[in-house]
Amino acid sequence: MKYLSYPGCSLRSTGRAYEESIVAVFKALEIEYEELKDWNCCGATSYVSIDETDAFALAARNLALAELQVAEGTINLIAPCSACYLVLSKTERYLEDYPDVRTNVNAKLDKAGLHYNGRVEVRHPLDVLVNDYGLEKISKRVKYPLKGLKVASYYGCQVVRPFAKFDHSHYPVTMDKLVQALGAEPVDWPLKTRCCGGSLTGTTQEAGLRLNRLLLKEAQKRGADIMLTCCPLCQHNLECYQERINRIYQEEIDIPVAYFTQLIGVALGLSEKELGMQRLFKKPSLEKFMHPKGEMAHA
Amino acid sequence: MQLPTQKSVQQDEAPQKIEKMKHVVRRIKFESELDLDFGERVAEKAYGQKLLSCIQCGTCSATCPLAHYMDYTPRKIIAMTREGFKEEVLNSLTIWLCASCYSCYVQCPRQIHITDVMYALKREAIQLGFHPKRLPIPILAQEFYKRVLKDGRNTESWLLISLYLRTNPFKMLKESILGLKLFLRGRLTIGKEHVKRRDQIHAILEHKKGGQPL
Ligand code: SF4
Ligand code: SF4
Repeated sequence: MKYLSYPGCSLRSTGRAYEESIVAVFKALEIEYEELKDWNCCGATSYVSIDETDAFALAARNLALAELQVAEGTINLIAPCSACYLVLSKTERYLEDYPDVRTNVNAKLDKAGLHYNGRVEVRHPLDVLVNDYGLEKISKRVKYPLKGLKVASYYGCQVVRPFAKFDHSHYPVTMDKLVQALGAEPVDWPLKTRCCGGSLTGTTQEAGLRLNRLLLKEAQKRGADIMLTCCPLCQHNLECYQERINRIYQEEIDIPVAYFTQLIGVALGLSEKELGMQRLFKKPSLEKFMHPKGEMAHA
Repeated sequence: MQLPTQKSVQQDEAPQKIEKMKHVVRRIKFESELDLDFGERVAEKAYGQKLLSCIQCGTCSATCPLAHYMDYTPRKIIAMTREGFKEEVLNSLTIWLCASCYSCYVQCPRQIHITDVMYALKREAIQLGFHPKRLPIPILAQEFYKRVLKDGRNTESWLLISLYLRTNPFKMLKESILGLKLFLRGRLTIGKEHVKRRDQIHAILEHKKGGQPL
């Protein structure tokens, strides 16, 4: 199966480690893909607050470009950022479900000499890795099972809602199963899809910080050594505001937050540099959990 | 940040009298003061959402992670929208606190796409100039819009700088330490990203070319 990738704006700045680790892991697992040529911003949650048809048209340009790049068949377009994933999926879905939206959006695309025919399927890398590539194959490739590492998987909102394509909308387990395949131990916790506030940490911190405080506290209370995310904005919120939350709310939160692809990379034996580990504020100390395969059999 | 205050209902008594009895305010609106078509207009802009079918069960409010901080819960917003409390709804903080988490959207027993209703309300509020002038959330939306209109991509550092300049320049200083930390880790880019075919972006968003003030 051939994939196209849509990195999105965040993976080129705050989420660079996410892109680096995806590239490294896909390479190690020999999953082939091409970047979507000349992709544009998906519009995130902001664009639709100004003009909805424009927002859909902007997102749809990417879908139309994908069809130009891949001549035939269904195109699997990988969008790692939750906001991109949601916006592109929603555009795809609404274009199909609402004829008015389809007419208006194609009229706009037309002006740019583009057209969308409905051949794109938007995919998340978590879905691709677990459901296309497969957990068994991943665990076979694991060089350093992360035995004893307790992991709180945080999915956030927009990967599972409103279009729960590959997992449950409030209690997903895909990432937890992946964690198990890496030899680590998933922590069961109820807040895996509770919102991190998205851009509220930048605009209305009184609300944004409180949401993150709850998530971090709960993960820590349940004994997690690390939190995993699958979205650059969630990762940024959960990682970068810990100090501020501790100061304002007198908490003692101290937990590393990494991308799920970084953890896969570590288990596969990829280097820290390749996985962008040096970009994290708090580098997780994973060495003590990394047991080369085979060693445990002797123990 | 200044949160919008809930206004009391417009007074219909003579002004001098109000002076004397300042503390007596009418808090219930007369039907003639409502915008009775408001609900239908909003529904139209949100895919014909059947606001009338809302049973006021409160599932949306219960599942909403931001309900604690809202001035009206999502359930109330739905009720007020369909009854025509236009000013209250468009002035509310609720619509700006909605973080588009789609929790209510998937849980509503009447399949009302509440998140889309919130978006329709946000657009209405921006268009009619209802939102408080320095509230950062709608300004973020506008700055984002302009940036993408110009370059086709968004560069986060520049977006935040223009946001703080328009809302609270002092906050930029407060955020500068965090910014520096990100920068040192290669997580803030200063060079602006843009698409090659800017002409396509401009053609798609034609009527907004030139970045007219929103
Ligand atoms: S969940 Fe749906 S039916 Fe229940 S109050 Fe909210 S909008 Fe109305
Ligand atoms: S989409 Fe908005 S209103 Fe609905 S639950 Fe999430 S934050 Fe609340």
